[in-house]
Amino acid sequence: MNYNWNWHIFFEPNPTGAGTYLDMLVSGLLLTIKTALLAWIIALIFGTIVGILRSLPSKAASWIGFCYVEFFRNMPLLVQLFLWFFVLPELLPSGAGLWLKQLPNAPFWTAAIGVGLFMSARVAVQLAAGIASLPRGQKNAATALGLTTAQGYRYILLPMAFRIIMPPLTSEFLNTVKNTSVAITIGLIELTGQARAMQEFSFQVFEAFTAATVMYLAINIVVVTGMRFLERSLAIPGYITGK
Amino acid sequence: MFGNLDFDVIRRSLPYLFLDGMSFTLMLTGLSALGGLIFGTLIALMRLSGYKLLGRIAGLYVDFMRSLPLVLVIFWFYFLVPYIGQWLTGASRPIRVGAFTSSLVTFIMFEAAYFSEIMRAGIQSISRGQPAAASALGLTYAQSMRYIVLPQAFRNMLPVLLTQTIVLFQDTSLVYVLSIPDFLGAASKVAQRDGRLVEMYLFAAAVYFAISCVASYGVRRLQARIAIVR
Amino acid sequence: MIEISHVNKWYGPSFQVLKDCTTSVAKGEVVVVCGPSGSGKSTLIKCVNALEPFQEGQIILDGIKVNDPKTDLPKLRARVGMVFQHFELFPHLRIIENLCLAQEKVLGRSHDEAVAKGDKLLERVGLKAHANKYPAELSGGQQQRVAIARALAMDPIAMLFDEPTSALDPEMISEVLDVMVDLAHEGMTMMVVTHEMGFASKVAHRVIFMDKGEIVEDAQKKDFFGSPRSDRAQKFLSKILSH
Repeated sequence: MNYNWNWHIFFEPNPTGAGTYLDMLVSGLLLTIKTALLAWIIALIFGTIVGILRSLPSKAASWIGFCYVEFFRNMPLLVQLFLWFFVLPELLPSGAGLWLKQLPNAPFWTAAIGVGLFMSARVAVQLAAGIASLPRGQKNAATALGLTTAQGYRYILLPMAFRIIMPPLTSEFLNTVKNTSVAITIGLIELTGQARAMQEFSFQVFEAFTAATVMYLAINIVVVTGMRFLERSLAIPGYITGK
Repeated sequence: MFGNLDFDVIRRSLPYLFLDGMSFTLMLTGLSALGGLIFGTLIALMRLSGYKLLGRIAGLYVDFMRSLPLVLVIFWFYFLVPYIGQWLTGASRPIRVGAFTSSLVTFIMFEAAYFSEIMRAGIQSISRGQPAAASALGLTYAQSMRYIVLPQAFRNMLPVLLTQTIVLFQDTSLVYVLSIPDFLGAASKVAQRDGRLVEMYLFAAAVYFAISCVASYGVRRLQARIAIVR
Repeated sequence: MIEISHVNKWYGPSFQVLKDCTTSVAKGEVVVVCGPSGSGKSTLIKCVNALEPFQEGQIILDGIKVNDPKTDLPKLRARVGMVFQHFELFPHLRIIENLCLAQEKVLGRSHDEAVAKGDKLLERVGLKAHANKYPAELSGGQQQRVAIARALAMDPIAMLFDEPTSALDPEMISEVLDVMVDLAHEGMTMMVVTHEMGFASKVAHRVIFMDKGEIVEDAQKKDFFGSPRSDRAQKFLSKILSH
């Protein structure tokens, strides 16, 4: 392969004048983490609400949950980000639209909310499945003790369902991290974006992408390890999940 | 609020959007799904082969691909494929590779990791008695896989494979980052040329939504039918 | 205490699970409900605290109409204890927490008060030493005794038992029945769905026999065991008692 490798490139100053190429990549990494965390919080909140809706006996509630999930699942994430970023400000009353367009950090907020809502549909599906997997008698027992539906969810169903869906939630969180890279298309210079920028400035394509790859792998290892730790600390003595 | 919108731009650009854009998208989706399924099945067979080293390599490949964002993988292959081509053909310089070929290689390699996990689950769901019965009849390992295990695994996993293909269909829109005119790319080109972002992106969203909805409805129907047959 | 009159219930448009069921349980009375599986006995008992809705007829519990939309069901259910076939302890809560949850959240008792009550009841069912364990660490018989204690912690005016011993290994049945016998001797109002005819002959005042959604026989204990009037009950008894 006639490619000129230059691993020292990371320690050479980057064209922005602020630090080295490595600094550039690290700032991208941090932005990826920040965006993913905010998106994940949004995904958990909305996903929990919609997941609960889907599990309720009320036909109307589960229909609303179904529509929500279908809406966010049947459009590419990229298209959804475009809708939030380019289309929404134009469709709002002009004042609100202008405010949105002038929002500082618009790509960041759009990415976090857009990816968050996209992922919330998947969290909802997982949670609804988790709730459905609990024995029917659990809900009956909670009800028979006089707990209201809300209390039953809060104290009995959700704590168990979330424990059960911990493994799929781990991969959904990793998907959230990966999906933030789609926001490169609306101008968010996160890790992939910085790698791309480095490639354009320095022409060291493979070094740039190798570094980004290593960083994504590192995120994966940290998250998987962390979640395994969390899973273990939440494990119930004597109880075998997923039997 | 729709006052100064011009939806006629959609009508005017329909031939371009569908004959160029959508046909690229569908072609890419179909061929990637096929290639991904073939490679994915091979990877799944490697993982289940019982040869430690082979299984290890296949497992590493799957974990590696699944750890990376698709956008990064698209960039990787965009720059890597010319060099791979050079290496394969023994040419003196990195060869020029078209946008379609480059994306096709990317998606096959990427999706193979995901399809392999589905096929692995499918193969593992077949009761051990099946390959045992096959060997009792004198079939070789390859024959029992080819005629007994894989067809059943494939049929059991068909709904999941199709759902993954719908995801793939949506994911192909990411070739946008290479400025390739797939359906979204074509819509975006028109949008920027005519300054009609709102109309074109709404239309693109509606088309993706409609196709994915119909397809996933079909998958649900299929799933229900399979559930009854079982 | 419990007045069930002309209750009809359908699943879907055509399948009738309860046909014109009428009976009652007086204060301090122990009534055993038996019958072949699918006879509707579990469904009937679940109608008493409105875990199952029914379409026609009415059930009055301590003067309050169960199927009145204005009835505060959680409050009513909190006053009736229920014990389930599969125990339905909450797996993520310690034994003592299982006993305290509804006391605190539904009855509004203080934590200390709830724990004191819980401890007393665990002592009574002989499981005080296990207070800090999780349900999955206990045997089936122990879990069912905890479930009885959990129901008693609410100071119920009546207890409903839905096949409390049929999920238990044979050697654990008696430890549960012993607790129930004690309870009956103390004058607790009890409605018990069970096949344990030994229990019925020891403590029941009346025995109800159900088949195909109908109450076929509703008799004093000695009449039922002496000479059941219906063929179906005779056949059932001979099957049950022959082994």
